[in-house]
Amino acid sequence: MMLKESCTVLSLDEIEEDIYSMWLSSQAIAEEARPGQFVNVYSRDRSRLLPRPISICETDPAQGCFRLVFRVAGAGTREFASLQAGAHTNALDVIGPLGNGFPLAEEKGKRVLLVGGGIGIPPMLSCAKVLQEDAMAVLGYRSRAFLQEEFPQACPVFIATEDGSSGSKGTVIDAIRENSLTADVIFACGPKPMLRAVSAWAAKEGIPCFVSLEERMACGIGACLGCVCDSNTLDRHLNVCKKRVCLEGPVFLSTEVKL
Amino acid sequence: MQVKLAGIELKNPVMTASGTFGSGQEYSRFVNLSHLGAVVTKGVSIVPWSGNQTPRIVETPSGMLNAIGLQNPGIDVFCERDIPFLRQFDTRIIVNVCGHSMVEYCEVAERLSMEPVDLLEINVSCPNVKEGGIAFGQDPKALAGIVRQVKRVARQPIIIKLSPNVTDIKEKAKAAEAEGADAISLINTLTGMKIDIYRRGFVLANRTGGLSGPCIHPVAVRMVYEAAHSVDIPVIGMGGISVAEDAIEMLMAGASAVAVGTASFRDPLALERIIDGIEEFLDSQGVEQIQDIIKVL
Repeated sequence: MMLKESCTVLSLDEIEEDIYSMWLSSQAIAEEARPGQFVNVYSRDRSRLLPRPISICETDPAQGCFRLVFRVAGAGTREFASLQAGAHTNALDVIGPLGNGFPLAEEKGKRVLLVGGGIGIPPMLSCAKVLQEDAMAVLGYRSRAFLQEEFPQACPVFIATEDGSSGSKGTVIDAIRENSLTADVIFACGPKPMLRAVSAWAAKEGIPCFVSLEERMACGIGACLGCVCDSNTLDRHLNVCKKRVCLEGPVFLSTEVKL
Repeated sequence: MQVKLAGIELKNPVMTASGTFGSGQEYSRFVNLSHLGAVVTKGVSIVPWSGNQTPRIVETPSGMLNAIGLQNPGIDVFCERDIPFLRQFDTRIIVNVCGHSMVEYCEVAERLSMEPVDLLEINVSCPNVKEGGIAFGQDPKALAGIVRQVKRVARQPIIIKLSPNVTDIKEKAKAAEAEGADAISLINTLTGMKIDIYRRGFVLANRTGGLSGPCIHPVAVRMVYEAAHSVDIPVIGMGGISVAEDAIEMLMAGASAVAVGTASFRDPLALERIIDGIEEFLDSQGVEQIQDIIKVL
């Protein structure tokens, strides 16, 4: 049986404006989580009913903790960002790990291009740390970068910013072209327009591309059918051309789903 | 804790609310389904339905709006896969039935007549589909017609699930009873809307959605009270129940059983906590059997 776990906030830092890095205690999640999976984080305010699905940025099984990097997007995430680290009274209820994650084991030994955009970058860090020299990362930002300085320890990293303040000016596609990057497989997480552009480029280059999708969720465990996406084939469980982002996903082969 | 609904005994009065629990498979990772009075499945139609576009979900203060649109795999897959799954547990199975037309409701009810399920819940109150659903629940004549027709083909007792989006719930409850409904359940969700003021657009792809959660609980208690005092058939109360006290209010208002929905999203163990909480309440108040707190107002 899976349980809701009360996780102590071990540290909390604002690493860029409205972007927070939080380490939470949980031996089980630290041991079980795979890159690309997420957790449901529950507000302490009972008037906010629904869990916030947040992707796991990295895990530390030795210390029994895991890291979330999230953007303050509303009252729920603002509450998480206002917690005091360390005090046990500031624990958060969490369920996880949830979802499928990126197919790291299946694609083992291949050269993987990690493409992250904005708040889609955190799960790419855990991929990079596992894949090491097999990976290259392309990170896209509007303007100010975050987490980028943590990638070089794991793999080569290329940056794109919309305003050109660092790296290539433009999108992740501009950075891929400028640096003539290629790979055997792509893992991507970020806003829909970025995922569309990356999968279009991947299709042209003949590279399989896995995308991590985001959708408004309620239960987060596959029961409510709130977070479905359109799929190109009949889903075996749902018996319609849809997939549950929380359960069959959030990671899909780009040709499986309609972006 | 046992209660009886249309001749069917339930080990306790707590069941799942349709649409919030799938067919139990996903939540069985968290909840022992054998502890529940009944599992009420998500609405099932004669053929698979794809439901609405996303976004289908948005949170609101002490509540949420949903506009799933009754996505379901259709009755064939349901009978082959979901009923055998639920049969593994020591709980009652209540199948929520939906359709676009009278014929479709009847086809599903007929298909279920040979299946090992305990009760049918006829969904004439979904606010998120264009045809069928709520259209049947808001017009007393259409409601009477569907109860009569389904009753003719159904082998199991039928529960009519009523919408709160009506001016007079008593009239609808009476119409269902007059045509032979074995029980009624209420409330389904209240139709609502959420606007994204920065995008100047509707948050939900369907524009409107059904409001659920603690914010609707007082409305539900009032409507359960009104319905329970206008008919003699049993009433299943639901709407915003998130703790045992909410369920007890419903029972006192006149419900013979209760359903818990949105609360499971916040706490997958909510159903079990509510069952335990009702039992503790009975003990602490020196109440011997649950019947002693049902319809005491």
